[in-house]
Amino acid sequence: MTQAFRRGVLDGLPFIVIMAPFGALFGVLATEAGLRLDQTLAFSAVVIAGAAQFTALGLMDAGAPVAVVLLSALAVNLRMMMYSAALVPHLGSAPRWQRAAASYLLVDQTYALSAARFEETPWSVPDKMRYFAGTALPVFPAWTGGTLLGAELGARVPESWPLDFAMPLAFLALVGPMLRTRAHVAAAFVSVVAALGLAWLPWNLGLLAAAALAMATGAEVERRS
Amino acid sequence: MSDAVVWFVIVALGAATYLVRWSFLGLIGDRPLPPWLLRHLRYTGVAVIPGLVAPLVLWPASTGGAVDPWRLLAAAATLGVAAWRKDVLQAVAAGAVVLGAAALLS
Repeated sequence: MTQAFRRGVLDGLPFIVIMAPFGALFGVLATEAGLRLDQTLAFSAVVIAGAAQFTALGLMDAGAPVAVVLLSALAVNLRMMMYSAALVPHLGSAPRWQRAAASYLLVDQTYALSAARFEETPWSVPDKMRYFAGTALPVFPAWTGGTLLGAELGARVPESWPLDFAMPLAFLALVGPMLRTRAHVAAAFVSVVAALGLAWLPWNLGLLAAAALAMATGAEVERRS
Repeated sequence: MSDAVVWFVIVALGAATYLVRWSFLGLIGDRPLPPWLLRHLRYTGVAVIPGLVAPLVLWPASTGGAVDPWRLLAAAATLGVAAWRKDVLQAVAAGAVVLGAAALLS
């Protein structure tokens, strides 16, 4: 096992604590919405995008047209296009099949860990790919395993457990270490203000607009300093 | 919701999401990107994740969108410890402790 891969696994391990309950929540809600066990598991294994899965499930449960379900959930996932672009300078010259596999494993956690590590560590492209794969190793079984657990437990989880807050806490724990420079802090601030101000926009467009404004802010602060 | 519709949503959403993730990494490969674009991309994480989380923290679905001081406190504790210690596990533990205290006290 290479050092980069091991580093990735170690950095990914803490996310088991978060991905498992978050996955379990999806399992519970999907079961309550009437999905079968195989469908619930397939959802998590094929889509692997928590926020989009919750969006799709909620709309399906509410009886929304299939096109609305798909477009809304996809809008939540458009941020991954930016993640994909952001990793090009680091992983772009890796073999095609590795990039195809990495695309499947590209989620908030693997992206955030890799982006942070790649900026401060002068690794070769193969080592960067190994690190990325390492972060995915604990994260994915935790997500699908959590989903299975939740689907099996079903409605036996007490209502009072604040499972819904697993996702916000996980994301905040990801953001904390990223706030390294003034440019990063400025971008995060604009992201929050704009996302709240534009929350009324349909199809999650508010988040996408907020992200674009925040990236421009970060880039501009960096250029001036 | 029929079985066929559920399967259709799973497969279609899975395929579309994969294409989104593959879009740049798979298509562009090692063609160089312009410096101005790279400068923007460096802020992807801090530009997307805070905006994604802010409404969830401020208007949680489980309270029907009402502001919950305990959740705000838990979020602040997590972010604070994450920025200070740079450790995911400690950060999440801090948030969980606040939520646990909330459950005991209320």
